Amino acid sequence: MSHRLPGGGRLIDRGRSCNFTFDGHVLQGYVGDTLASALLGAGRVMVGRSFKYHRPRGIIASGAEEPNALVNLGEGPRHEPDQRATTTELFEGLAARSQNVWPSLSFDIGAVNGLFARFLTAGFYYKMFIHPRAFWKHLYEPVIRQSAGLGRAPREADPDRYELLYAFADVAVIGGGIAGLQAARQAAEAGLRVLLFEQTPHWGGRAPVDGAQIDGQPAGEWVNSTVEWLEKQENVTMRTRCMGAGVYDHGYLLAQERLSDHQPGAEGPRHRLWRIRARRILTATGAIERPLSFAGNDVPGVMLASAMRDYLVNWAVAPGRRVVIVTNNDDAYRTAIALHEAGIEVPAIVDARAEVRGALPDRARALGLTIREGMAIDKVQGRAQVRGVTLCRHAGAGGAVAARIECDAVAMSGGWSPVVHLWSHCGGKLTWDAAQAHFRPDPARGPTDHDGAVFVQAAGAANGALAADAVLRDADTAARRVLADLDADAGQLPAAPQADSAPEAPLLPVWMMPEEAGYAHRSKMWLDFQNDVKVSDVQLAAREGYRSVEHTKRYTTLGMATDQGKLSNINGLGVLSQELGENIPDVGTTTFRPPYTPLTFGAITGEAKGALFQPLRRTPIDAWHEARGASWEPVGQWRRPYAYPRAGESRASAVTREVNNTRQHLGLLDASTLGKLLVSGPDAPRFLDMLYTGMMSSLKPGRCRYGLMCNENGFLMDDGVVARLDAQSFLCHTTSGGAEHIHGWMEDWLQCEWWDWKVHVINQTEQFAQIAVVGPNARKVLEKLGGMDLSAEALPFMGWAEGRLGGVDVRVYRISFSGELSYEIAVPAGQGLALWEAIFEAGQAFDVLPYGTEALHVMRAEKGFIMIGDETDGTVIPQDLGLDWAISKKKADFLGKRGMMRSHLQSPERWKLVGLETLDGSVLPHAALAVRPGQNTNGQRLTEGRVTSSYHSPTLGRGIALGLVHRGPERIGEVLNFAGDKGQEEIRARIVSPVFFDPEGERQNV
Amino acid sequence: MLLLTCPHCHVTAEETEFAPGGQAHLKRPQPEAGDDAFESYMFTRPNPMGVHLERWRHAYGCGKWLIAARCTVTLEVFGTYPAQTAAPPAEIVKKIKKKRPEWEAPA
Repeated sequence: MSHRLPGGGRLIDRGRSCNFTFDGHVLQGYVGDTLASALLGAGRVMVGRSFKYHRPRGIIASGAEEPNALVNLGEGPRHEPDQRATTTELFEGLAARSQNVWPSLSFDIGAVNGLFARFLTAGFYYKMFIHPRAFWKHLYEPVIRQSAGLGRAPREADPDRYELLYAFADVAVIGGGIAGLQAARQAAEAGLRVLLFEQTPHWGGRAPVDGAQIDGQPAGEWVNSTVEWLEKQENVTMRTRCMGAGVYDHGYLLAQERLSDHQPGAEGPRHRLWRIRARRILTATGAIERPLSFAGNDVPGVMLASAMRDYLVNWAVAPGRRVVIVTNNDDAYRTAIALHEAGIEVPAIVDARAEVRGALPDRARALGLTIREGMAIDKVQGRAQVRGVTLCRHAGAGGAVAARIECDAVAMSGGWSPVVHLWSHCGGKLTWDAAQAHFRPDPARGPTDHDGAVFVQAAGAANGALAADAVLRDADTAARRVLADLDADAGQLPAAPQADSAPEAPLLPVWMMPEEAGYAHRSKMWLDFQNDVKVSDVQLAAREGYRSVEHTKRYTTLGMATDQGKLSNINGLGVLSQELGENIPDVGTTTFRPPYTPLTFGAITGEAKGALFQPLRRTPIDAWHEARGASWEPVGQWRRPYAYPRAGESRASAVTREVNNTRQHLGLLDASTLGKLLVSGPDAPRFLDMLYTGMMSSLKPGRCRYGLMCNENGFLMDDGVVARLDAQSFLCHTTSGGAEHIHGWMEDWLQCEWWDWKVHVINQTEQFAQIAVVGPNARKVLEKLGGMDLSAEALPFMGWAEGRLGGVDVRVYRISFSGELSYEIAVPAGQGLALWEAIFEAGQAFDVLPYGTEALHVMRAEKGFIMIGDETDGTVIPQDLGLDWAISKKKADFLGKRGMMRSHLQSPERWKLVGLETLDGSVLPHAALAVRPGQNTNGQRLTEGRVTSSYHSPTLGRGIALGLVHRGPERIGEVLNFAGDKGQEEIRARIVSPVFFDPEGERQNV
Repeated sequence: MLLLTCPHCHVTAEETEFAPGGQAHLKRPQPEAGDDAFESYMFTRPNPMGVHLERWRHAYGCGKWLIAARCTVTLEVFGTYPAQTAAPPAEIVKKIKKKRPEWEAPA
């Protein structure tokens, strides 16, 4: 049973205890504990259940690599799943719950899966649920979804604040162990701007736990004095609780700082996401110990040897009372010695190596500890807690059980793997170090920056230098290399500190214990503890033909969970290589992707939520609409009134009222969002001839012309009215959503294709408010306002004029998107609201009402006018829409001309624009498809057209629609069948002209 | 996220300040061009593992178009130059050739 020792614990404050709850039980720990050390100190060995078999699981590690001890943390909106107990700092009142258990941790129904383990092998889901096909949707998927997932997501909005921070550095050092501290110190001495990040709350990493001596003093003291010195340097910024999450192109680095997770309720943001540009990144991220694969290595009480040492030294927690050590290397002897010296019984050190010599084993022997050379663990006994182990020979199949040892915990060590994630994120390659049986960064193949220089440098254990003296030497070398790279002054740097490290004998690579274990054993050896992937699963995948490590990962789910294989990757790779009969470096690793440990969505989002998610564009008349209770519609980033419903009125009735009033009397539309591009210069006429399908150079000053813009494919992209201002300048109107895009499009052609043409483009969209005055009374209200002659003779249809209206300088375009008599009045933005109010006031005598975007849509559809994005979808050419009249036949070239000449675009078989009227007068569903008898090869119904716009027309008192129909214009009068929504009966509609109302245009031309 | 230097305003800025525009130095065919020439202009793009001449617009800066000579594998940027040229400048070709002797400027 794990327990707290009466003395020791370098990180805990025994004077300050902390109450916390686990599954509702009140437990006690100390300030300085992690949730994991506090649970172990309180005797809680089992903390969760595994994902697939629901096997009891205990804490296995002491840091970010922990796969098992994931808990639900916090309550209500602050509830957070999948939090690692090993990296969660204890505070008073912390509330944690175990996850993946039902109904409770000790009695779990899902554990029955374990009885069927032999059927739940690699690829089980793929094999089992593929037949019969119909069962997937209705039976398998709902059940699997119910039982999938680890924690539970919170249901309420996150009440905490998060922030982004930008930073720049010459050198960013990730990892605050002795390697990171030494490298940061040298970079700081040379006068560089240094960032130093440590993911835990403490500086120094493993060295103080491992008892190293540096320059004659204990490692902890060297760490303290180095940190003190660094803190005094103005060119150094240091953060603990700050995890280097990812390395990206050209020295871009992401880090997450956890500011108040350990002190809930503290002021300020909870997390801070650092977005850093560093000239060089030094990864001093240490190494992670590997588990050993033996039968029952997942039973609670089996732990990494280094983690056990951490709990003992840092938090005075003993993992058990009798601890068996199993290892293939010397480092685990440090744990044996530390346990022995703390008074914990160590009945045996089981070492897979046939002969064990060296300083550390000799010291263990001298302390009277028993070393079982050439031995392996045959099996761990116990289910919810280790009760003992049986031993066998490591060589061959292991032979007979050689001994049984009673114990309540097992410390395992399979060697160390450098944390190469940050090195690898941006393309750094690895090299296989056979002597230490691990991958480490290959300095010749690092990630390169914009100058082609390697910008990431690994240091210390992250670079494969494992012993303290090697770590410090390597960190010093790494720092000096970076300084040389950056031309920093390294002349006066102090010499690297010296550490004393006992020489260690080589390890014996062990991927399975015993080395030729039988199936029964292999199917109880866990590689990925979180996802329940066993040695036998990886072997099965290899036998089934999976040769690529990436495919094996997906097939078996090895390394796919929240820990991303920090413990399991190399072991899984060892097993796969062995089964394939290939060398490990030939099989290769899976891809390391950021983030190193999960980031919160909050940190990624920062302040960019709610009103700050994206800018909202408002017209100069926005406040008036707001005061009139406008119902809003987003149009690009703008908001526009959809309609102005009155109290108790539905949106649909408001739209009907607005259409009727505009057609019968007078309507006002805020058209300010319309794109307004001023194109000027001696070459402006020929430039617009290239951009529009029609001829713009022949347009006379004072006149307007409707124009279409196509992309090079010939597909219709944007439309609008062009007004010629004078010989060299044009005002091009674009769609509301298209202004920025079309401006960019023009710049692209001017800068990259016709850069010798003298043309200048200015986006004036926001410089002008634009008000559409529409309806039979339009001229009357403007005459009442006074100042300009707006008679049919002075300003005919498709003309424009400058003048003053109601005392304001205006430009009046006589254009119509509704079919009514219509003036669009452009006015400097600052006077937009004043003019709107003046027209509205004057309009009272003429029954004026404002109308919104939906009334605009209805009226344009009644007239058969197309809308970009409704009638077009990026595959429609102007000819499909009957707009041949707007395409010049005289021009030698324009954008899209060659594209629309392609044979399939010229085919008579294309779907073309028509009007559609249901036989019963109803409104066709949006995007409804016209169906015809027969099926395609996928068993889908054949179609011959689709609805592009559909409305109730108040003017005609019936449903009207525009649509694209196969050879449509040749089929006027035919009746089509449209598929209804949600499997209703088919709807019959007749093909008619797309112009439903006033086909002669008599109303607008008065 | 790349770092690019605008050859117009000489600002070195984050990739998010620029908008990508695909392969540079395309030759736009006349309307009389045959289907093959048009297809090649519209759709046939090399996807080189190595040096690529690509268009970028300093969209959230000076608004100018530029061309970057960049290695798609190592992300090394050999240089940027204004888009108002029909071919990469000699000094940039020289810089690329120094490190990638086998590289040939696209015809």
